[in-house]
Parts: sequence; structure tokens; C-alpha cells
Amino acid sequence: MSGALVVAQYALRECVRRRVIAVVIVLTVMFLALYTLGADVAFRETEDFAGEDPLDEIVLTGSTLLGLAMFTTLFLGAVLAAFLTLGAVRGDAERGLLQPLVVRPVGRASLLLGRFAGAGVVCSAYVGLVYTLSVLITGITGGWWPDSPVLPGLGLVVGVLVIAALSLLGSVFLSSTANGIAVFMLFGAGLAAGLLGQIGDALSVNTLEDVATVSSWLLPFEALYQAGLDALTEDVRGVTGVIVRLGPFGGAQEGGPLLWAWTLLYLGFVGLAAQLAFARRDL
Amino acid sequence: MAPAFACHRLTKRYGATVALAGVDLEVERGELLGLLGPNGAGKSTLTKIACGLVRATEGAAEVEGAPAGSAHARRAIGYLAELFRFPDWLSADELLALHQSLAGSTGGSRERAELLELVELGDARATRVDAMSKGMQQRLGIAQALVGEPSLLMLDEPTSALDPIGRRIVRDLLTGLRDRGVAVVLNSHLLSEVELVCDRVAILNHGRIVARGTPHQLVRPRGVEIATGAGLRSYPSATREEVPALVAELVEQGEDVYEVKLLSSSLEDAYLEAVGGPAQPARELT
Repeated sequence: MSGALVVAQYALRECVRRRVIAVVIVLTVMFLALYTLGADVAFRETEDFAGEDPLDEIVLTGSTLLGLAMFTTLFLGAVLAAFLTLGAVRGDAERGLLQPLVVRPVGRASLLLGRFAGAGVVCSAYVGLVYTLSVLITGITGGWWPDSPVLPGLGLVVGVLVIAALSLLGSVFLSSTANGIAVFMLFGAGLAAGLLGQIGDALSVNTLEDVATVSSWLLPFEALYQAGLDALTEDVRGVTGVIVRLGPFGGAQEGGPLLWAWTLLYLGFVGLAAQLAFARRDL
Repeated sequence: MAPAFACHRLTKRYGATVALAGVDLEVERGELLGLLGPNGAGKSTLTKIACGLVRATEGAAEVEGAPAGSAHARRAIGYLAELFRFPDWLSADELLALHQSLAGSTGGSRERAELLELVELGDARATRVDAMSKGMQQRLGIAQALVGEPSLLMLDEPTSALDPIGRRIVRDLLTGLRDRGVAVVLNSHLLSEVELVCDRVAILNHGRIVARGTPHQLVRPRGVEIATGAGLRSYPSATREEVPALVAELVEQGEDVYEVKLLSSSLEDAYLEAVGGPAQPARELT
């Protein structure tokens, strides 16, 4: 069995046995319960919202709710990814957990890859599950289903993988606490950039739009999230389409195939940087 | 055959701080070397370079002829860090199984059971790390270091948390390993222990080896004390060979001789002398 696989299995078992997973499960159950309740109420309250206007209230309510659920899923996934990786190198080295593993002949690259794979499997499964349940709840309570259900979920999964990779890279240089703060600041920066882009788009301010665009390339998890929002309602036209594309927490933006290619390349760069830095790090 | 460990002009600098300043050292297969020195002398850095955890600034370190840190070198090494921690959610058996997988050991459950028995943790196979005392964890750490039958064991303060019985277990274990041809580098502040088990001692200070040799070579004779009817007589410069003449002289003078003690310095004295600490009174040779 390759070293990376052994480390990935170890990381998976660690995820399952640590208390953080129990906290995440409790929080997720609470979120899904509240979401079910909220969705049910929202669909009932907005039933006659549009009146004679050319507004599709079911699409508006469903896409807004699912957009919010996607944001929450991304946030919870980011929390999970950060907690599983933020102390992977320096944090574990400071606690004396890493040295016994690094001395073994598996190699540092395999160790890092294994940690990423372990965290990646857990985060992907988690985000995929929560997103799917959110789609099902929205569909069952309100009868609204996204135009393209797979792409938004995939965007969230890859977005969380990007956060896990960034957190792993940060863990080579920073202590656990500092890295946790840095990861959540990056997450916040991505979110803020999305909002700025939305404002810039609404007010036609090119500078804000440029800032948002550059930030999206630098922090592709935000762009993936926006592309996911866009895919939820890609077939909706008219006034409803315009309103839903403004979306919650950053407007919907079509990503295109270049975004996916860039994200894969980005993951490779971050991984390579982490490997190079870890290889040179004294423990 | 290449030595178990060898380093040549090994230097490590952390910015302006020199941790190792050109260390030359060899550890033969089946040799038990005690690495002594005050805090910050460079003992742990030397150990970590051997294990591939720290990169040398200059010089070279080899394990069984392979560059330190290479896969071959790491396959040959068992290591217990001074400040170590194991995942508290693992049981003793699971921890050893993890290290077996990482080390590529095919020993299976038999090796794990043997190792746990060796450190007298046979009954703690299913005990989780977080339920173990510090001493048990240290013994588990030694078992972990022995996974995969390493030919070189690097132990950094392996008995610091152990009670006298635990220390005795580890001492017996180390001598047993030496008899099986395993080389051991033992970093310790417990000089009496080093003196008891080590074939050779190297004393590090400010990143340099300031003294080396067998414990016997490092201690020095400090004269003779003879208990007579008139009291204790001291001969600070006398040697063992002079004892018969001294006794004969005293008897000739009509003294009653009750006891003769050959005095020598301890390893602690040799250590303090080497690192510039205060000298202690001479001790009796037994």
C-alpha cells in the first residue's frame, strides 16, 4: 500500500474519531432542520407574492433559498476543511505529532498528499451530501428544482478542495491558530470580492468589477460558488432571471470551462508550493 | 561495512545561532552511544539531522552509508523524539499498526504483540493513548521506534518520564538490542543511566564534541583514602598501584588499617569538566 494511501486512511480515521466531526454533524442537522422549516414557510408565504407581475415566485423563492443553502454549505465545508488541515504541518510538528510520521520512509510528499486526500474525501462527501439534501428539501417543500443541479454541487466540492489546499499550504508556514485566522480571512476576502463585483455590476463601476474578477482568479472558490449560483437558474429568463442572478452573498456569474481548467491548475500550483515548502522545512 | 551512523563536519545554523559547528562522529553497528550535553548543545539537532527531520547547513550525515533523510536511511532508523505526542484517539495496537504500514513492516500482529510485551505494555494493547500515563506513552514510543526492526535507534531522552522500574526496563531493553546488533544513540541528561548502559559517550557543548570515549576513559582517578584507627587519611595523587606500599607504610608506623578506597571522578564530573560546570567531590570506585 502506498504511503499516501496509508496517511489518507489515517487522516480519514482521525476525522471520524475527532470531536470536531460530531460538532459538524450536530450543526448540520440543525441547519437542515431550520432550512426545511424556513423553506416550507417561505414557499407558503410567497405563494401569491407576484400577483399579476411577470415574476415567477416559485423560481425566485427556490433559487434564493438554495443559493443561501449553497453559501451555508460552502461556509460549513470551509470550516471543516480548515479544521482538518490547518495544523497539518507546523501545528502537528509543534505538538510533536508529525516527527514520528516523517521519519518513516513514506516521504514528505506522500504525507502531504495523504493529508489532502483524507481531508478532501471527508469535505467532498460532506459538501456533496449537504448540497444534495438542500436540493431535495427545496424541491420537496416548494416544488422547485434547479435547472442544472450537478454543476453547483460540483462547484462547491471543488471550492472546498481549494480551501483545503490553501489551508494545507498555510499549515507549512503558520501555526494552527494563525493559519486558521488566515484561511478565514481569505474566505472572507473572497466573499467580499464577490459582493464588490455585484455592486460594481449594478452601478457599472469598472474598478469594482476588475477587483472582483482578479479576486476570483486568485481565490477560485468564490468564482466556483458564483458559477454554481448561475447554473441554478441558467434557463430562467425575464425579470425573474435578472433578480435571481443578483443572488445572495455575491451575484451569479457564469464561470465557463476556463474556470474549471484554471481551478485544476491552481490546485496543482498550491499543491506544488506546499510540497516544495514542506520539503525544505526543518522539523 | 558502513557504520550505522556517521557524520563529517556536520554544521547546522539557525540564522545567527550555530546549533552544530562541524561535528565528526561515528556509531558502529551494535554500539550504544550516549550523547550528552547541556540544553542547547546540539544533541537533538544532531539526532534530527540523522532522522532527516532537519537539513544540515554544511557537512554530511549518513545512515548505513546512505545520506541521512533518504528513503534507505529512514528505513533503517527508529526514532523517539524528546517532545513527542501520539494521536490520542489511537490505541497502542492501532498506533503500532499505523507505523508498521508507514515503515513497510510485514511483522503483523505478532510483531506488535512482541513489541508491546518488550516494553511491558502487553496488557495495554487496546488502551487508547489518552488513557495512558506519560510513562506508558514513553514506553509505547520506544515500541513505536522499534517497529520494522531498525538497525539504528535514535532515542532523545527516552526515560525522562519513567519511574525507576520503567528506566530499568528500558536499560535492559537497550542492552538487549545492542546484543542483537542494533546501534543505539541515546540522548540523555541522566548521566548515571548513560554510564550504566553506554559503550561510548560523546559530550557536546555549543555544537562541538568536547569529549568522547568510553565511560571508563572519561572518568579520572582521584587518589586513595585509607581508614585507619587514627582516622581517615587521604592521598589525592596516589594511584591504585601505590596502595600496597601505602598500606605497608601505615602498618609499619603501627596504624590499624580498616579500609582502603580508590577514588575516581564520576561521569558527571567528566561531563561538568567538559562543559565548564562546577567540579564535584571525588567518589568511591566500586
